[in-house]
Amino acid sequence: MANLATEFVGIRSPNPFWLASAPPTDKEYNVVRAFRAGWGGVVWKTLGAEGPPIVNVNGPRYGVVWGPDRRVLGLNNIELITDRPLEVNLREIKQVKRDWPDRAMVVSLMVPCDEESWKAILKRVEETEADAVELNFGCPHGMSERGMGSAVGQVPEYIEMVTRWCKMHTRMPVLVKLTPNITDIRYPARAAKRGGADAVSLINTISSITSVNLDTMSPEPSIDGKGTHGGYCGPAVKPIALNMVAEIARDPETAGLPISGIGGITTWRDAAEFLALGAGTVQVCTAAMTYGFRIVQEMIAGLSDWMDAKGYSSVAEVTGRAVPNVTDWQYLNLNYVTKARIDQQLCIKCGRCYAACEDTSHQAIWMKPGRVFEVNDAECVACNLCVDVCPVEGCITMERLPAGAVDARTGRVVSGDYANWTTHPNNPMARAAE
Amino acid sequence: MPNSPLTPGIVPGRLPAEAYDRNFGDLYPPFDRHEAAVAADRCYFCHDAPCVAACPTAIDIPLFIRQIQAGNPEGAAKTILSQNILGGMCARVCPTETLCEEACVREAAEGQPVEIGRLQRYATDALMARGIHPFTRAAPTGRRVAVVGAGPAGLACAHRLALHGHEVTVFDARPKPGGLNEYGIAAYKTAGGFAQAEVEWLLKIGGIRIETGKALGRDLALEDLRRDFDAVFLGIGLAGVNALAAEGEDCAGVRDAVDFIAELRQTADLSRLPIGRDVVVIGGGMTAVDAAVQAKLLGAENVTIVYRRGRAAMGASAYEQEHAAATGVRIITGAAPLRIIGNGAVREVEFAYTEEGPEGLRLTADTFRLKADQVFKAIGQTLAGVPEGLKLAGRKIAVEGPGRTSLPGVWAGGDCAAGGDDLTVTAVAEGRDAAEDIHRKLMAG
Ligand SMILES: Cc1cc2nc3c(=O)[nH]c(=O)nc-3n(C[C@H](O)[C@H](O)[C@H](O)COP(=O)(O)OP(=O)(O)OC[C@H]3O[C@@H](n4cnc5c(N)ncnc54)[C@H](O)[C@@H]3O)c2cc1C
Ligand SMILES: Cc1cc2nc3c(=O)[nH]c(=O)nc-3n(C[C@H](O)[C@H](O)[C@H](O)COP(=O)(O)O)c2cc1C
Ligand code: SF4
Repeated sequence: MANLATEFVGIRSPNPFWLASAPPTDKEYNVVRAFRAGWGGVVWKTLGAEGPPIVNVNGPRYGVVWGPDRRVLGLNNIELITDRPLEVNLREIKQVKRDWPDRAMVVSLMVPCDEESWKAILKRVEETEADAVELNFGCPHGMSERGMGSAVGQVPEYIEMVTRWCKMHTRMPVLVKLTPNITDIRYPARAAKRGGADAVSLINTISSITSVNLDTMSPEPSIDGKGTHGGYCGPAVKPIALNMVAEIARDPETAGLPISGIGGITTWRDAAEFLALGAGTVQVCTAAMTYGFRIVQEMIAGLSDWMDAKGYSSVAEVTGRAVPNVTDWQYLNLNYVTKARIDQQLCIKCGRCYAACEDTSHQAIWMKPGRVFEVNDAECVACNLCVDVCPVEGCITMERLPAGAVDARTGRVVSGDYANWTTHPNNPMARAAE
Repeated sequence: MPNSPLTPGIVPGRLPAEAYDRNFGDLYPPFDRHEAAVAADRCYFCHDAPCVAACPTAIDIPLFIRQIQAGNPEGAAKTILSQNILGGMCARVCPTETLCEEACVREAAEGQPVEIGRLQRYATDALMARGIHPFTRAAPTGRRVAVVGAGPAGLACAHRLALHGHEVTVFDARPKPGGLNEYGIAAYKTAGGFAQAEVEWLLKIGGIRIETGKALGRDLALEDLRRDFDAVFLGIGLAGVNALAAEGEDCAGVRDAVDFIAELRQTADLSRLPIGRDVVVIGGGMTAVDAAVQAKLLGAENVTIVYRRGRAAMGASAYEQEHAAATGVRIITGAAPLRIIGNGAVREVEFAYTEEGPEGLRLTADTFRLKADQVFKAIGQTLAGVPEGLKLAGRKIAVEGPGRTSLPGVWAGGDCAAGGDDLTVTAVAEGRDAAEDIHRKLMAG
């Protein structure tokens, strides 16, 4: 069986599955139950500075997007950082780390943007013997209006500054948690690196309104008839998170910076994809909040079985495997010519491929008598939309034309050589590059 | 001693009182909101969907299901009702397994079609529960149309004509409107007085007057109707029944299945409806199955359907045959009745096995007898009381195009007219299409 044990910026955990900083990690009771269920580590629910505890709303804090069978596809929240006294949290963290020494214990922090505040809290956390801290520069609501959370995370200079303070005032590894509410994730990641971050974790939640109640005209979740934007997470955000992780992994300035991947991870496969794009560990919130802690058993078994089947013996071997294959558009091989192929045996004659191609693509599917659908190679641009909308897995596939074949659409012979946009004759920049 | 399934003879109250509600309640309970959402999500929104082509009224099924998905069941109902004003009844009684759901691509792919019928019921129930009639009548045209027969064909025709602003009078021989919706369809398919509720709802369009207890040929003459109205539509169904032509048919306890069903449908307290202990049903169509199943549900001990040809030739679909079997009805195929034996009241029926030969069906010398204290004949209904002067095609009124008969100004549709299956939904389609044709004619001249 594959060994799932990980060492991430010096933090050891029996598997790469950590619970992200959120309600599941808000107290000893939860975290102990999570560890019993098998979670490799936790990032404790974000602590704030000493003083009167944070106040949450007393109405609903979640909005949701459901599938037809009420499967949770996306969740949004307007919760703030922990609302329990700092003292209590620190005492519990210390106790749990002592009782569960083999699990990763990372403490998430968010305090006002001045050096003294950070220095003070770091000292307190060190006393708990936690493994590391995670700087929460992410929350898009509530704290950001007070100059914390994503208000810091959206300004690379602040990220760098705060990270540097933290590295100065603690011996613990520092993870910087990034907000996705920016235009280019590489800038905050670079800033974190410049500030000396040991790792970045991403993504935090995405600013969102999940729905509007059309009777009361209030956004959901509605607090006495009013709503506010919250942070979106869950399966719906995974594609956004994957891209951001990959961008950081392949950016020459941040390449090699350890990443803890977060965002919509629900099964072992999601986790494996984050690992392949450069994550060393993964963090989970919504899936645990939806199904409970037991889901980690599926994740552990699934990842382990898959690694066995592929012959990977450690998580580190998986980390970053797909990164070399993430490239820029202009380097994609323009001589890779494919055509859609419809398997008539599998076809159930729904005609969705036809509607999609005829109405919105390239009019490359014929509908013949008897509801027989066939691809017209002379029109097919290989966009793959038909494959995406076909309800039958494997019914429509994209087949590569071999070198030497003629592409019926262009009339050109397919070349076996690699050629991309940078050298394409239609590219006005191509000659300049020579 | 109260009666039980074992009590000999034709007696009421074979079952405990509470069994009747259970047996004659909704065969398929309606979907709730969540079930409807899940069922609707299975629809692929096919291009040029095969289910639409398979629906005689051509309801835009993918569209109405999408409206349910989008949380707009009343909009879905409008989509349904604009094609089929009896969409509520059809949702309950259509043999969807041989219509829309048979054509569903998911039936082909997985043997599990989208549950179109139940979704249709979900949508139409939602709208009717709010008492909304979603159509508005056009300005009165001053034209008057007589519709004979208040079954599905007549009602659909009347509604469409009224919608276009014509003034419609519907005549029906029976005391209540609805045709076989009220007097024929199995009770468990249309529980809760739905047939009358639907007629009342349909009449909200305005411009329709119903006169019950008026029979063409007895109280009305076609000539008078042609004179007094601008057009006439005949939707008189099949009022006659075929005779068995077997010895002893006049024994007590031998009865037409449709009469039995009509009586059942009009009996408020089914524990008072007498039923035999050993019931034999002769025939192989929907009527045979409905009579047999309901006899069983009333508490008969043994119910047997005997059909002269093979299973595949039965008018009742495989699905309905299964339903009968699941209710405990025995089905014997390939046997025809020779004689009914009894001394005053029926005691036994003698059958001969049949053979399919080059000259058609032949009786063999192999015979058997079934014990019977009640026999239902369900060997087909026939056209009866057709006014003179109408050309027939086979045993039905000949029509051309959308229901035009051989007499000018007279249209026909539904079971009484040639062409199409004898189904509620087909009757609706024919009534609707005839109305459109009548409308075109009336407005042209
Ligand atoms: C027992 C049984 C079960 C059935 N089950 C189903 C089912 O589950 N699903 C399905 O789709 N179909 C079913 N059918 C068939 C369906 O009921 C008919 O196809 C449909 O009712 C035909 O409609 P219609 O309007 O043509 O005729 P009908 O419904 O028969 O209506 C004709 C009307 O005309 C009236 N009438 C007749 N003669 C005269 C006259 N001389 N003067 C005035 N009025 C007259 C009658 O009183 C009646 O109201 C069943 C039929 C039977 C008999
Ligand atoms: C209710 C709720 C509260 C959260 N609170 C915090 C928090 O205090 N600190 C933090 O860094 N992230 C917080 N998050 C964000 C999660 O840690 C995580 O980054 C995000 O939910 C994406 O992961 P997921 O898709 O697995 O849920 C919170 C998320 C939720 C749903
Ligand atoms: S790949 Fe795109 S262009 Fe080609 S047939 Fe499919 S939908 Fe049409």
